[in-house]
Amino acid sequence: MENTTHTIQLTLKPGQHDGDGQRVAEAAARHLGLATGRVRSAALYTVRYPLNENQLSDFATRCLADPVLHDVRLNELTGAEGYTTYILVARRPGVTDDEGTSAQNALADILNEPLDVHTQHIFSKKLYLLENDLPETDLRRIAEELLGNKLINWLEVGRVADGIRDYTPRPGGGAEAITEVVSLTGLSDAALLQLSKDNIYALNLEEMRAVRDYFAATETQEERKAAGLPTDPTDCELEIIAQTWSEHCKHKEFAAVINYKNTETGEEKQIDSLFKTYIKNATSEVDRQLRANGNDWLIKVFSDNAGAVRINSDSLFVWKVETHNSPSAIDPYGGAITGILGNNRDPLATGIGGARLLFNTNVLCFGNPEFDGQLLTGQLHPRRILEGVRKGIEDGGNKSGVPTVNGAIVFDDRYAGKPLVYCGTGAVMPMQFAGLDSWEKKIDAGDRIIMAGGRVGKDGIHGATFSSIELDETAPATAVQIGSPITQKLAMDFLLLAARRGLLKCSTDNGAGGLSSSVGELAGISGGAVVELERVPLKYPGLRPWEIFVSESQERFTLVVEPGKMAEITALGQEMEVELTDIGYFTADGFLDVRFDGAPVAHLNMEFLHEGVPRKILEAEWAKPVAAEPEIPTATDYTETLTQLLGSLNICSRESVIRQYDHEVKGRTIVKPLMGATGQAPQDAAVVRFNFESWEGVAVSNGILPRYGDLDAYDMSAGSFDEAVRQIIAVGGKLPNLTPGDGIFWSVNDNFCVPDSVYDPASNPDGKQKLAKLVRMCEALRDATAAYCIPLTSGKDSMKNDFKADGVKISVPPTVLYSVTAKIEDVRRAITSDFKQADDVVYLLGETHDELGGSEFYALHGQLGANVPKVDFAKAKALYTLIGQANDQGLIQSCHDLSDGGLAVALAETTFGYGYGAVVELPETSLPLATQLFSESHSRFLTTVAPEDVVAFEQMLGDRATRLGRVTADGELTVRHAGKTVISANTAALRAVWTNGPVNHLLGVVSNDNLSHSNSL
Amino acid sequence: MVQDSAQGAHKVQSEAQTDAANVDGTVRALILTGFGINCEEEFAAAYRLAGAEATIVHLNQVLYGQVSIHDFDVLNFPGGFSFGDDLGSGVVLANKLRYRQTSADGRTLLDDIKQFIANGKFVLGICNGFQVLVKLGLLPNMGGDVTPEVTLTHNASGRYEDRWVTLRVNPASRTPFLKGIDKLEVPVRHGEGRLVVPDDATRAAIEAAGLNCLSYIDANGDGTSEYPLNPNGADLNCAGLTDPTGQVFGLMPHPEAFLAAYNHPDWARRRRQNPQATEEGEGLQIFKNIVAHIAQKHTTAAPAVQLANQH
Repeated sequence: MENTTHTIQLTLKPGQHDGDGQRVAEAAARHLGLATGRVRSAALYTVRYPLNENQLSDFATRCLADPVLHDVRLNELTGAEGYTTYILVARRPGVTDDEGTSAQNALADILNEPLDVHTQHIFSKKLYLLENDLPETDLRRIAEELLGNKLINWLEVGRVADGIRDYTPRPGGGAEAITEVVSLTGLSDAALLQLSKDNIYALNLEEMRAVRDYFAATETQEERKAAGLPTDPTDCELEIIAQTWSEHCKHKEFAAVINYKNTETGEEKQIDSLFKTYIKNATSEVDRQLRANGNDWLIKVFSDNAGAVRINSDSLFVWKVETHNSPSAIDPYGGAITGILGNNRDPLATGIGGARLLFNTNVLCFGNPEFDGQLLTGQLHPRRILEGVRKGIEDGGNKSGVPTVNGAIVFDDRYAGKPLVYCGTGAVMPMQFAGLDSWEKKIDAGDRIIMAGGRVGKDGIHGATFSSIELDETAPATAVQIGSPITQKLAMDFLLLAARRGLLKCSTDNGAGGLSSSVGELAGISGGAVVELERVPLKYPGLRPWEIFVSESQERFTLVVEPGKMAEITALGQEMEVELTDIGYFTADGFLDVRFDGAPVAHLNMEFLHEGVPRKILEAEWAKPVAAEPEIPTATDYTETLTQLLGSLNICSRESVIRQYDHEVKGRTIVKPLMGATGQAPQDAAVVRFNFESWEGVAVSNGILPRYGDLDAYDMSAGSFDEAVRQIIAVGGKLPNLTPGDGIFWSVNDNFCVPDSVYDPASNPDGKQKLAKLVRMCEALRDATAAYCIPLTSGKDSMKNDFKADGVKISVPPTVLYSVTAKIEDVRRAITSDFKQADDVVYLLGETHDELGGSEFYALHGQLGANVPKVDFAKAKALYTLIGQANDQGLIQSCHDLSDGGLAVALAETTFGYGYGAVVELPETSLPLATQLFSESHSRFLTTVAPEDVVAFEQMLGDRATRLGRVTADGELTVRHAGKTVISANTAALRAVWTNGPVNHLLGVVSNDNLSHSNSL
Repeated sequence: MVQDSAQGAHKVQSEAQTDAANVDGTVRALILTGFGINCEEEFAAAYRLAGAEATIVHLNQVLYGQVSIHDFDVLNFPGGFSFGDDLGSGVVLANKLRYRQTSADGRTLLDDIKQFIANGKFVLGICNGFQVLVKLGLLPNMGGDVTPEVTLTHNASGRYEDRWVTLRVNPASRTPFLKGIDKLEVPVRHGEGRLVVPDDATRAAIEAAGLNCLSYIDANGDGTSEYPLNPNGADLNCAGLTDPTGQVFGLMPHPEAFLAAYNHPDWARRRRQNPQATEEGEGLQIFKNIVAHIAQKHTTAAPAVQLANQH
C-alpha cells in the first residue's frame, strides 16, 4: 500500500472518433465564436483509496478502460503533442458524482471487497486539451459557458506548458454539532426584516412578528423550559418555520384574502382564498355531479403528493405536475434533472407509496435562444438554459426508464430571466397493498421514521425559501442540487417491492424543505414526532443540525414503518443496496421535537407550525388593457406567410429535442410525439396503454397560451384549458360523465407561474394588475371545470418568477399550464393527426371567428391585436361529444386540433406523416381570408373521413363540420378561396422548412432533405 | 453491507415470480433487473406473449445464489442504464459479472453463464444488455475465451436518439432467434450503439462467420452507413451480433418495444390500408422463435434439460 491518492487518465486511442472533443470545438465556434482548433477529451479518475500498483493498473485497464478504445495513463497529468491549452472540469465538494460512484462500484467488484459507495473514494473529472493558444479569458468562457457551471464545478484552465493544475474536493473538517440561538426579543421591524433577508427565510414582516410573538408567549416559554430549550428560538427552529411557511410549501398567496376590483365593470368583491374558491370548491362541485351520475372514480385530490383517480377495480392512476424554475435559471441541467426526479417522487410517494411510473411530460418556457444582446449579471443565456434543461430532462427521464411522451416548448423574451420548467409524471398504483387501501396515509404514535435513498449534504439548502423570492445576482450556490437518476432508480425499485410486501405504512418524498418538510407534514397526521439528527447519514462531515434538517439533498424518501416490520424492511434495503436509516419516531404529543446527540435542537408546537402563519390580505385591480386590431395589408402570397410561420420559433419542429428523450421505453406508447411513416407528423396528445394485458390506456396533453394573457388573462386561461381538452379529444378521448357510470376518468393538474403579484408602490407598482390577472385566470379555470365536468386533482403555484439584476427586472408573463389526462377505453381506437389515404374528405370542425388577437400570424407582423380567442364552452362540449360518438363508429381517419398558426399550419402539418397533399376550398363567409387561414379560434379540428363514411359523418356532425376538400396523393397543398388559389406548396418543401427551423438548427440537428425514417414510404 | 445481504433470508422476488418446477416442458425465461436496468417489464411481456414463463429477478439474487440461472432456459439482459452507464454502457455490470465472486471458491457469475451456454442454453441482450454482452466478451466471442473483441461506444451523432430503423437479417446467420425473419422494423433508443471493430481481420472474421446477424438498411434493402437510417454509424452497419454457436444474441434496437402493431409510428395509416393485419408487433417474432426452438428441444431432448437442472 503506497500513496493513497492516484489519478487514472483515459484517452482515446489514435484513430478513434473523439465525439466529445469535437462537440466542444463546434459549440465554442457556434455559440462563442471562438476557434479552439482540435479538442481532445480525456476522462480522469482520482482514486483516494489504498491500492498497490498492480491493483491500480488492473482497475484502470480492466474496469475503466475499454480495450478497443482507450489508452491508460497512471499518475500523470500531461498534455499531448500539438495541444497548447487545457480546461479541467472537476466538481466542488459534495456535488453528486455518479461517475465516481460507479467507478467505486467497479473497484469494489474487482477487489471483491465491500466498499461503502456512500463515502466518496473516487472523483471523476474531464480534461480537454485545445490546439489553439487561447487566452485565459477565452478558456474561462468555454469552461463556464459550455462545459461547467461555477456553482457546481471547479474549473481550471491554462497553458499546458505551465503544467496542468488538478483539483480534487477536500470536504471540510469534523462534525459541527453547533446550534445557535437567535434572539427576536425587542427587534425592530427593520431588524426583523433584515434577519429574514440575511438568512433567506423569505418571511415578511407580519410573519416575522408572528414568529416573535409565538416565542414570547408565556405558554411557549413554559413548554420550552420543560423541553430544555432556551427562551429564544434556535437557528433550527427558525429554519423549520421558514421552510414550512414558505410560499413554496404553504401557498400563502393562493390562500390569501384578495380584494378584487374590476375597473371595467365596476365590480368589487372579496375572494376568500383563490385555492378554496376556484380550485377546491370547483372540484367538489364536479365530484358531486360525477357521483350523482354513478361516476365515482375521483379518489384523492389536493391532500397528498399527487392526485389519484380510479382506472378500474384494480388500479389507480396517479398524476402530478410541478415546476422547477429558479434552480433551472441558475443551473439549467441540475435544475431540470432534479425537477424530473423530484416530480417522479410525488406519485411514487402518494398514499402508502410504491406506484409504478408510467410516463413523463415536460413543458418548457424559454427566452429567445437566438438572443444576441447583453446579459445581466448572473443571467444565463437562453440558449444555454434550453440546452441544459433539455439535457437534464434527457438524463432524468431516460436513466429512470420513464418515457417522455409529450411536451411543449414556448418561447417568449420575458422568460429570459427565469425559465419555466414544468415536469409531469403519471403512474399506476394497485388499489390495495397487502390488503390496505393504497392511497391512504395512516400514521400512529410509535411508528418509526425511516430515511431512504441518498445521503445528506449542503446541497439544496434553502431551495424552498429561495424559490419563494425573486431571483437576483446573489443566488446562493447551496440552492443548487444535482440529481442522481441511478440512486433514485434503486430507491424506486425498492419502494415498489416494500409496498407490495406490506412493509410500508406510508411514505413521502423529501423535496423542498428536506426532512423538515417531510417529517413536519407527516407528523401532522399522528400529531408529533421525535427526530434524532445525529443518525442521519451525511455525504461529508461539517453540517450543522439545522442544515441536516432542511437540506434538500436529492433522491430521498421518508418512510413510515411499524416497529414490528423494521427487521424485514431493513433486510430488503440491504439486498437492494438502498440505505435505510431509522431517524426517530412519531408521537401524538403535539410537538415537533428535534434532537442532536440527545440535546434538544427544536421543539415546536405543531399547531403553530402548520396553522400559525398569518393570512395575507392582497389587493387586485383589473383594467382591461388598451388594445386595437392592427391594419395588416392583404398579402399577395399566403404560401410565403405559411412558410414563414412553419419556420418560426414557436411553430417549427422540436424533433431534435423529442428524439433525445426516450418516448417509448416500457413499450406502451401508442401515440408518440411524432408519428407517421416519416416519423415527422406532430401529434396533439400522447396515448399510453397501462399494461400488456388490456387495451385500456391514458391520453395526456398540455395546454399553455401565455401570449393571450397580454389581452385577457381570463381568455388565456380558458383557452389553455380548452386547448388541453381538445387535444385529448383529437386523439380519440371522450369527455367524462356523458353517460352514467361510464368510468372515463379525467385528471387535471393546474400549474400557475406568475410574476410577483403583491402590490408595492416602489418595487412592484403594477402588482394589483398582476394579481387581478391571476384572479381572472382562476375564474376561467372554475368555469372550464364546471362546463366540461372535469376535476382538478393536484397542482402547484410558483409566485415569484422575476429576475432582478443591474437595476433591471425581467418578469415572466402570467402563465398557467393545464396538464390533462383522460382514460382511453381502447387505445386501438386512438386517432392520429396525419392524413391516412388519398381521396379522404377533409373537414374543419368548429367555428372560426375574427380572433387573430395574440396569434402567431400577428406576431409575424410584430403585432398583438385585440380580438383574443374566446371559448364557448357549451358549443365546445357539444362538438367534443359528437366527435367521440363519430370515433366510436369508426368514422374518423385523422384529427388534428387547430392551435398556433390556425387552419393553414394545421393543414400543412397533417401532410407531414406520409407526403400526401390536399386540395381545399375555403368557404365564402364574412371573414377575411387571412382570418380564415390564421385565426386561432378555439375548439376546432381538422379531420379526415373516408369517402364511404361521408354521409354518416355529415349526418352526425351537421353544421359543425365544414367540408373543405380532399386528400391527394401528389404531395401538393392547394388552398383556394373565391375562385383563386391562395396557397400552393409542395408539402415536402413545407416539411423541410418546418424541420429545419430554428430549434433543430440550434441543437445542431438539421438536414437538407429530412431526418425521416423513410423506409416505409 | 453488500456482503451482509448474502446471508439475508429474504428473497427479492418480482411479482412475476412463479413456481419452481419445470415438469411440463414450459420454456422458462430469466430476466435480470436492478441497478438501473429498466426494460424488464416489456421483456417479460414479450416472453409471456410468446408462450413462455417469464421471471424477473434482481441481479443480487443471482449474484448471491438465491436464484440459479441453471433453472432457466434463456437468460436475458434487458435495456436500461445499468449503474447509470457512467463508465461506458454496460461496463460496470459486465465487471460485476466477471469479477464479483459469488461463492467462497472464487466462482463468478460469468463462470455460471459459460456453463449455461455450454449446456446448450440461450442468452439474449438488448440495448444495454447487448452492451454488457459485448463488454464481457460473450459477443462475438470468436476466440471462445470470453475476451472483449469489439466494442460499442458513442453514436457518431454524439447524441442519444429514439427513432425507428429497419433491419435486415443476415442470411448467413444461424441463430434460432432470427429464424425465418428477413426484415424487421424496430426502435433504437441509445446514445452508445456504435459498434467499433478494431481491425480488418476481426471484421473479416465476423463477416465470414455471419455473426453480424442484423444490419441497418436503406429503402433499397441495402446495408447503409447513412444517418439516420444507420442511427449510430456502426461498423459493418451492424445492429446485432451472435456468437459462433448462435446461442448468444444481442442487438441495439428494441424488439420488445414492438409487441403490438400499435407501437409502430405509422400504425394508424397501415391499419387503414390493411384492417385485417395482425395486431402483433414484428418484434414479438424473435421471442416466439426462441420459445418455439426451446420447446422443440424440450420435447426431443428432455433428459438434457433434467441434467442441466441438476447442476
